[in-house]
Amino acid sequence: MEPIIRVENLVKRFKTVTAVDGISFSVQHGEFFGLLGPNGAGKTTTIRMLYGFSPPTAGTLEIFGLNISRHWREIKSRIGVCQQENTLDPDLTVAQNLEIFASYFNISKEVALERAGELLSFFALSHRSEDKVSELSGGMSRRLTLARALINRPDILILDEPTTGLDPQSRYQMWERLDALKGKGLTVLMTTHYMEEAEKLCDRLVIVDHGQVLVEGNPQDLITRHTGGNVIEMTGHDAAALDFVRENDIQHDDLGDRLIIYTARDDTELNNIIIERFCAKKCTYRNSTLEDVFLRLTGRELRE
Amino acid sequence: MIRMSAFSWRFLKVWKRNLITYQKIWKVSFLTPLLEPILYILAFGMGIGVMIGEVRYSGVTISYTRFIAPALIAVAVMQNAFFETTYTSFVRMYFQRTFDGMLTTPLSLEEIILAEIVWAATKSAAAATIMLIVLGVFGYVEFPMGLLMIPIAFLGGLAFGAIGMVFTGITPTIDLFNLPIFLFITPMFLFSGTFFPITNLPEWAQPLAIAFPLYHIVELSRRFCIGIHEAGTLLSLGYLVGFSVLFIYMGLVSMRWRLIK
Repeated sequence: MEPIIRVENLVKRFKTVTAVDGISFSVQHGEFFGLLGPNGAGKTTTIRMLYGFSPPTAGTLEIFGLNISRHWREIKSRIGVCQQENTLDPDLTVAQNLEIFASYFNISKEVALERAGELLSFFALSHRSEDKVSELSGGMSRRLTLARALINRPDILILDEPTTGLDPQSRYQMWERLDALKGKGLTVLMTTHYMEEAEKLCDRLVIVDHGQVLVEGNPQDLITRHTGGNVIEMTGHDAAALDFVRENDIQHDDLGDRLIIYTARDDTELNNIIIERFCAKKCTYRNSTLEDVFLRLTGRELRE
Repeated sequence: MIRMSAFSWRFLKVWKRNLITYQKIWKVSFLTPLLEPILYILAFGMGIGVMIGEVRYSGVTISYTRFIAPALIAVAVMQNAFFETTYTSFVRMYFQRTFDGMLTTPLSLEEIILAEIVWAATKSAAAATIMLIVLGVFGYVEFPMGLLMIPIAFLGGLAFGAIGMVFTGITPTIDLFNLPIFLFITPMFLFSGTFFPITNLPEWAQPLAIAFPLYHIVELSRRFCIGIHEAGTLLSLGYLVGFSVLFIYMGLVSMRWRLIK
């Protein structure tokens, strides 16, 4: 089937930096797709090219099979975008933010009022509809932003870090809503820093760094492929353990004062050997997560 | 660089957004054009006007207050539009990120910027209308001819809204708007035949005054409010149309340069 979003060798160069350096991926109809990567990896730049804000330097970018630079108006009328920054209109009330935004899509006033009412109730904001947006909490603002992105009944929803800066309750609320939208068959493309979020929501994802795609796949497959599924974390330096994993060619990260060993979950024999021989004290035994994959691939150094 | 396909009537939606937010503060906003001419007329009529008495302008002798009354409308046209597309547009663009949000919709940047300029012109026309009424009550505007000042105010508003937008496209911070105000707006306010005829200026400075847009709005305002003028009406109209077209284009280019990365 023809992908709904097709990105091929996409490049974005600013004066001195190449922010996106030949990214390729495609998103299928109804898929929840994740774009992951550390700060400065080129996620937001890619997203900005996707919704036609930023013209690509080179490469192909097609949405609904249409070229973004020529058919930008048609594409933009069929997508919804949640930007990272708060771009709600502070001069307007909560309800007006939806109604006036709808007018930019040439949606009639009657339809806009009806949809705004539906969206406000879906996002539990009905009781605040006449308030100024500056009076909303962070979580409410984010829900309103998401509601606003849905006012044109988009075929694709683009989310740039939808839960950054939210408290756990608000984040949970957001996940619930996103999951419900996914259930309705909406295609979603999301960037996030939260691996737990990506693991929970994404059908498929790419991890990008330095403007390039490092890996692509389903979160569970990526975990199995890059971290086995099991993690044994040893605190303190243990030369014998390090020699053992090196000799047996077992995936591991040597962090100096810590050793992280990745093993297959069903390899009970190996797991038992490691635990018996090296885990007399200070060992953590857990399932590996997408976070392990992410850190293994993009490194543990601070960015910026 | 500016694509024609980027323009559609959709820009009126952004204009309407500004109208809706303006309606929330209109009672306060209307006070300025309502009270300012009264203050000026009182100050100049009772104060300076008494000392000066009459002015010789375009071969006619008229009272000083009558001379400056139409200029007050022209100055309001300039200020309303220029402040709208500098400070107010900058706040929307930079601090409120309103344009960023709009750019996720089928609106083009060109439509957003054009709407801001047209909105600025609308504010100028609204201010001029109120001032015409107030000054009309004092007897400084002849009707119905004076009503033609409303479309002129809109045109003048386009000119000043456009040039304000050019500055918004290039200014690094909001504080630096002081610079075009000091170098451009204040000299025009003082020397465009507003408070004294430009014939009082040294000869070398007169063409300079004529080269700036406020002079032409002042002239058109006198032409339609009191029926006396020295510059050619068509010439002033042509100047303002040309100036608006040029600077609307430049405003679009400068905002594209600023926002589209």
